[in-house]
Amino acid sequence: MMKDHARLMKAFSALGEIVGRKKLQKIIFIAKKHNYAFHEKYQFHFFGPYSEELTLRVEELCNMGFIKEFNEKKSGYYQYRYEVTEEGQAFLEAQNELAAENLTPFLKNLNEQSSRFLELVSTLLYFDTLEMDARIEKVQKVKAKQNYMDEEIAEALAYIEQLNQLV
Amino acid sequence: MTYAMQKLAEEKVFKDPVHRYIHVRDQVVWDLIGTREFQRLRRIRQLGTTYLTFHGAEHSRFNHSLGVYEIIRRIVDDVFAPRPEWDNSERLLCLCAALLHDLGHGPFSHSFEKVFELDHEEFTQAIILGDTEVNAVLKKVSSAFPQQVADVIAKTYDNKRVISLISSQIDADRMDYLQRDAYFTGVSYGHFDMERILRVLRPKEDQVVIKSSGMHAVEDYIMSRYQMYWQVYFHPVTRSSEVILTKILHRAKELSEHGYEFAYEPRHFMSMFSGNVTLKDYLNLDESIVMYYFQMWEEEKDPILSDLCHRFMQRRLFKYVEFDPSKEYKKLNKLEQLFREADLDPEYYLVVDSSSDLPYDFYRPGEEEERVPIHLLMPNGELRELSRQSEIVDAISGKRRTDHKLYYPKDYLMDDSSHKETKEKIRAILGVSEH
Repeated sequence: MMKDHARLMKAFSALGEIVGRKKLQKIIFIAKKHNYAFHEKYQFHFFGPYSEELTLRVEELCNMGFIKEFNEKKSGYYQYRYEVTEEGQAFLEAQNELAAENLTPFLKNLNEQSSRFLELVSTLLYFDTLEMDARIEKVQKVKAKQNYMDEEIAEALAYIEQLNQLV
Repeated sequence: MTYAMQKLAEEKVFKDPVHRYIHVRDQVVWDLIGTREFQRLRRIRQLGTTYLTFHGAEHSRFNHSLGVYEIIRRIVDDVFAPRPEWDNSERLLCLCAALLHDLGHGPFSHSFEKVFELDHEEFTQAIILGDTEVNAVLKKVSSAFPQQVADVIAKTYDNKRVISLISSQIDADRMDYLQRDAYFTGVSYGHFDMERILRVLRPKEDQVVIKSSGMHAVEDYIMSRYQMYWQVYFHPVTRSSEVILTKILHRAKELSEHGYEFAYEPRHFMSMFSGNVTLKDYLNLDESIVMYYFQMWEEEKDPILSDLCHRFMQRRLFKYVEFDPSKEYKKLNKLEQLFREADLDPEYYLVVDSSSDLPYDFYRPGEEEERVPIHLLMPNGELRELSRQSEIVDAISGKRRTDHKLYYPKDYLMDDSSHKETKEKIRAILGVSEH
């Protein structure tokens, strides 16, 4: 019952604090791509892989009072920040059926990266069925406005390799 | 003449209750309609289990796909063709992407995707790019054409204007399904002046915009969408049938994983149960086959599978109460315990189902939203986001409405021939009485 909500709560709890809706979207996508049990469906949007289901579930968790969303003005634009509430912690503790997989090191590592970098990593992962050259070309085309440098792409690919070791 | 430009000797027309006629002149489009993968859509209902609530809702994804194609054809041939901003070399790509956008839908997609972790969009890509009749037709246009069609549908094509015609907050897909679903369900919502909207669409650099004089027609479209979601798509009875269907699939999968011997071997489901679904297996499954198994499984010795199939086939659906997860999740734990005491597996007989809709939203610069707004083209050439001009749209912009319900088998709970005291406690918590 409400297992998908509980899994997300576990992620929020592991992350401690997360800044930015885009960052949250990319973290869950990357974790899902590495076979962590998130079931939110993703499609390709503005900033790369995006899940309307995830947006909805986060809103529900806010409405339930399990997480708190802060909308803060930072460097001229608004950012969202999330924290688990006491009630959310109590809900999480009541979820004894949840698998005991340890998400924390993986998620924390992602949380330390910038939102722009995670956008690149998740977009590269989104097109991971393409051959490497075609994959890079595709990312450069669909992310033309972000203007990612070759070095950034190389760094992102190396980071994906590093993530594979963490799983 | 190249295959891409080839026209039929005589225009073909399909009679259609929504658009009156669907016109086909292009050989490519005609050949695509004739492929086995496209014909399969005739055997998949557009609205899944909604026919159990609105008995007219038997229309198929085939109907809808043709409808989306026709809307796009009218836009590109009748509205955009004479405009200098429009690049007519994208015409065939738009028509093919419109026609094929739902190609990967399987039977009762929503439930199947949830239980077997499938994604119909991935199957759409696989059909277009794989060894299929559709791919053979598209490849005759050019070797790159299948990938271009797949990219438009996946929203990864370079030209965002082409993507926005097929999928955005006001696109051909939505314009067709709202009107078609309203027609077949028989509801009076879902109607809006599509002819007017099509006449005021204008192609711009990376999007399609609407002349400001058409704003009221767009308001009507957005309100239609809002009403259709709550009156038809999220109807609680349809959701009850969807809950049961999902639980049937869960049960069959669970039984298979535990080595249960089915009296009627579910050959068509085996690759789904094992998580190795090939394209061939996927294409072989349609709603008639699923219904055949459900009828057979009514006779299975597993009491849960048999009961759930009986409920679905004979429309003995679960009843529901409103449920607020934030305040009542502890109550849910108690109910789960009582259901077990009453020999009812809560995994199958006590289900929280949520529906949610965001009727319209827009991207605000500097924020991290993902919805492309609807833009109005003002008389001075300026573009203005719709909700800045329309008070009606502004009133519902960014406002999500969510609804949670708790589904349960009332008939079991009212039967006091066993576990009388426990059932009384359950009924008291749920607030269930005879009537």
